[in-house]
Amino acid sequence: CNHFFALLQDLSSHKMKALVALKRVIDYTVKVRVRPDKLGVVKDNVKHSCNPFDEIAVEQAVRFKEAKKVTEIVAVSVGGPKTVEILRGSALALGVDKAILIKLPKDDSEVEPLAVAKILKGIVEKVKPDFVLTGKQAIDDDSCAVPQMLASMLGWSQGTFLSSVAIEGKAATISRETDVGIQKLEIKLPAVFSCDLRLNEPRYAKLPEIMKAKKKPLEEIDVAKTGVDVTPRLQIVQVSDPPTRAAGKKVKTADELVDKLKNEAKVL
Amino acid sequence: RGPARNSTKSNAKTMRAARALLGKALVIIEHNNKAVSTPSLSAVGAASKLGDVTALVAGKGCGAVAEQASKLKGVSSVLAVDSAEYEHGLPENLAALVKKVQDDKKFSHIVAAHSSFGKSVLPRVAAQFDCAIIADVIGIKDETTFVRSTYAGNALATVKSAKDPIKFLSVRPTSFEKAAAGGSAKVESVAATGETGLSKWLSEEVDTSGKVDLTAARVVISGGRGLKNGDNFKMLYEMATKIGNAAVGATRAVVDAGYVPNDMQVGQTGKIVAPELYIAVGLSGAIQHLAGMKDSKVIACINTDAEAPIFTVSDYGLVEDLFTAVPAMMKKL
Repeated sequence: CNHFFALLQDLSSHKMKALVALKRVIDYTVKVRVRPDKLGVVKDNVKHSCNPFDEIAVEQAVRFKEAKKVTEIVAVSVGGPKTVEILRGSALALGVDKAILIKLPKDDSEVEPLAVAKILKGIVEKVKPDFVLTGKQAIDDDSCAVPQMLASMLGWSQGTFLSSVAIEGKAATISRETDVGIQKLEIKLPAVFSCDLRLNEPRYAKLPEIMKAKKKPLEEIDVAKTGVDVTPRLQIVQVSDPPTRAAGKKVKTADELVDKLKNEAKVL
Repeated sequence: RGPARNSTKSNAKTMRAARALLGKALVIIEHNNKAVSTPSLSAVGAASKLGDVTALVAGKGCGAVAEQASKLKGVSSVLAVDSAEYEHGLPENLAALVKKVQDDKKFSHIVAAHSSFGKSVLPRVAAQFDCAIIADVIGIKDETTFVRSTYAGNALATVKSAKDPIKFLSVRPTSFEKAAAGGSAKVESVAATGETGLSKWLSEEVDTSGKVDLTAARVVISGGRGLKNGDNFKMLYEMATKIGNAAVGATRAVVDAGYVPNDMQVGQTGKIVAPELYIAVGLSGAIQHLAGMKDSKVIACINTDAEAPIFTVSDYGLVEDLFTAVPAMMKKL
């Protein structure tokens, strides 16, 4: 009788696995500069960190684990050698159980969203998570595409720009931030979720977890071994600075401001 | 055997004109079942630079949208489908539809606005066709060369797409002129592709206060942390009403703090606006906020901190307490 009830309990609390995808990017505080050769931006000796939206994804996965919705979290990143620092510091040290680095030849190697999605599809097939969590966009490329492309390739539902997510059995109830407000959907699992700013506030790593992180498994797989063709589809013709604005002037009073806007700029 | 000498110039001109517009573009129209969205009007404007434009209107009870789309300049045909599964713009259902339409009609370009709708749907379709997506396009050089924004607008990348048979473009609405009325295209019905059952719409909280659309307003007044609370935003709403055709925006910080709803956020990951006049009130001008407004025609700011980064992009800067400056401005408006 006891055995029967234990079995029932096990079946009803299906052990869920979350896969979190993150990216090492130039830190959001850095003033990005175009390279003199105009084919990219300066990355050497520039501060890099975990994409802020991916930190929100990690935090969400950890909260699910704390709430016992998820029993295992695996983090994955496509990046150069230094990306291990991000996997250890921003994932393993925060409660993620294991990490996988799909290693690119160099730290400044770039891979297009389409190829990243294909690589992640391979990882999903290997890890078999119940859902994937990632940030809504990478603050370097700003394409906002990987989660949707991955969901498409897997034939899974997608829940993008999440401001809230609750998992109940085989579905998730989500709120998404849209251009006109908030949309509530019910998403069938398995799914790919992309996290928006207000989903949660990521925690800071604490020393005991940082120490534990050093012993957690971190697997490195050469991108060549994934069988995915990462040759870019797009050719970069040029990378340029945005147009600069002419220097402005300071006005002394609100009256002067209105006067200038009306009579000089002629916008009021 | 070759053009007669005295008509070489005009033949060459015609050839150039013909070469310029060889594309066949499909624009996925965003709408609320009543009217074409403002961002989609710009998407049509952008697509017109590529060649013939077909507008795809999928929704429920969206006849008026198909009608409006058929009357847009630049649109040569409209494909319309009215079916429950498209009512709320669910990407899984829409992507299946676009795939079928593309398989039938074979467009060279598939375009949508780089809005929350376009971002949700377009990459899903691009992946179905194993094609790259060129996102946040701010310029079209020719049918294969596009300029896009990266690094919060601090690095503009010109990219050429020569390998993919279909170019998927999500275009920044503020960079392209909205298609005006003046066309007369036929509306053709297309078959619905059915409910995928992957997601289900539950509800939506849309601001229906009749506020002017942030992305369409001639003037935008944005508030930051200097406003201190949501109630103080009333001053800005009043200024917007006084000026007319003006909308109120906000920084990420004040949305996070709950002063105002999320759809007012201006910035790299919020809305990108480029009005005639942008008035930045009590906001410092973080890189991510500047990304959302630095293409405004005229920028003015009010801040007590003379060193705030917002002054570096402002045409007119006033170093004063906004609680004195804003009422003083109101008296003069």
